Amino acid sequence: MRAFVEGLGHGLIDAVAKLGYATRLFLLLLRHSGTAFARLRLTIAQIHFIGNYSLVIIVVSGLFVGFVLGLQGYNTLQRYGSEQALGLLVALSLVRELGPVVTALLFAGRAGTSITAEIGLMKAGEQLSAMEMMAVSPIGRVLAPRFWAGAISMPLLAAMFSAVGVFGGYVVGVVMIGVDDGAFWSQMQNGVDWLEDVGNGVIKSVVFGLAVTFIAVFEGYDSQPTPEGVSRATTRTVVSSSLAVLALDFILTALMFSKG
Amino acid sequence: MDRKLTDLWVGLFVIAGFAAVLVLALKAGNLLSFNFSETYQVVAKFDNIGGLKVRAPVKSAGVVVGRVSSVGFDDQTYEATVTLAMDRRYGFPKDTSAKILTSGLLGEQYIGLEAGGDSDKLANGGKIKTTQSAIVLENLISQFLFSKAAEGKQDAGAAPAGGAGSGAGNSGAGGLTAPPSLGAAPGMAPAAPAGESKGGTGGAAK
Repeated sequence: MRAFVEGLGHGLIDAVAKLGYATRLFLLLLRHSGTAFARLRLTIAQIHFIGNYSLVIIVVSGLFVGFVLGLQGYNTLQRYGSEQALGLLVALSLVRELGPVVTALLFAGRAGTSITAEIGLMKAGEQLSAMEMMAVSPIGRVLAPRFWAGAISMPLLAAMFSAVGVFGGYVVGVVMIGVDDGAFWSQMQNGVDWLEDVGNGVIKSVVFGLAVTFIAVFEGYDSQPTPEGVSRATTRTVVSSSLAVLALDFILTALMFSKG
Repeated sequence: MDRKLTDLWVGLFVIAGFAAVLVLALKAGNLLSFNFSETYQVVAKFDNIGGLKVRAPVKSAGVVVGRVSSVGFDDQTYEATVTLAMDRRYGFPKDTSAKILTSGLLGEQYIGLEAGGDSDKLANGGKIKTTQSAIVLENLISQFLFSKAAEGKQDAGAAPAGGAGSGAGNSGAGGLTAPPSLGAAPGMAPAAPAGESKGGTGGAAK
């Protein structure tokens, strides 16, 4: 019993200490961000690795999510005789929710894991310590470029996801099912506000990008320098960044769209 | 060389991302149709605005000529005060009337303007005097029910005077009018299936 209570307290203290450590690392990361922009090549190489290589999975997923939205939306809407609103349904659900959220989840799986594993292995191979020996800050040289590359790539990927998804909804709704072309677009344009909907979707994806990439960088930097430790850190990245994205999504949606 | 290639691909990636945002804002959103270059404000007061929202379109003859810029409440007259931002290109006479209409059966609500005959135009800060409120479905149904109930009462009131005969007379009249309508029915009958088959082919073509 005593061991249980002790374990509980220990776990809690650990969790709070980890949060504090994460905050300290975040501030250090911001302070060392100058390196990421002074040596832009490092960041650009990371954008290439994180962004460009995620493009295929994002675009293909976006297309299929658009297809499915078109089919499901049509099935429901035609019951009420308002299948013209299909464009509105597809665009709003993509721009407001599915675009940022699904992209962030895929991004955590595709890019977050590789960031964590790379940094974790660097730590296990004592490369980070070697950098410190050479008076090179590993936070500025390794962490900051990855962090900013992820934060820049994520909104761009989310926007592409939404755009491709709208196209997918168009293909299924208009080309295959035969919803009226003009009504599809005009309903969409009437209902989707560029600032309220598109802008807030972009803000969401920026926040998700920052959160997912920071969690990935942090877990890699914080991992135990063993093969097992790195694999655990990679798993933790996916689990905590997915949960963080969903929780943040709820908070952001409540802030942005609650006013009637 | 390898570096340059990376730069190129990253550049393409960034361009594609911004293009996607632009497409969403322009093609899916209303960035193009939202901003009128110059507007003038007109105020209209309604007893009930129903589900009218800020930025709902203001249409005249079906063309969007402005947007609702704000909705307020006047606690002196207990009316809704709706401010319309009208496109400066379109002028309207002073005695223009405004109605709250619904696009489609369940669509969003908008304001319809009908021009009057006055030679003076509405100016910035002008007021639209003649307005017609939104139709609230519940009110409509209750009116209908009340009028039905009133009819029922009238019938009930008439029944004691006319006795059972009035009811019989009604049904008799129904019976009497039936033959002419029956006579018309054969003529109508071929027409109806033709219309139906038309509708059927129309549906198939869709």
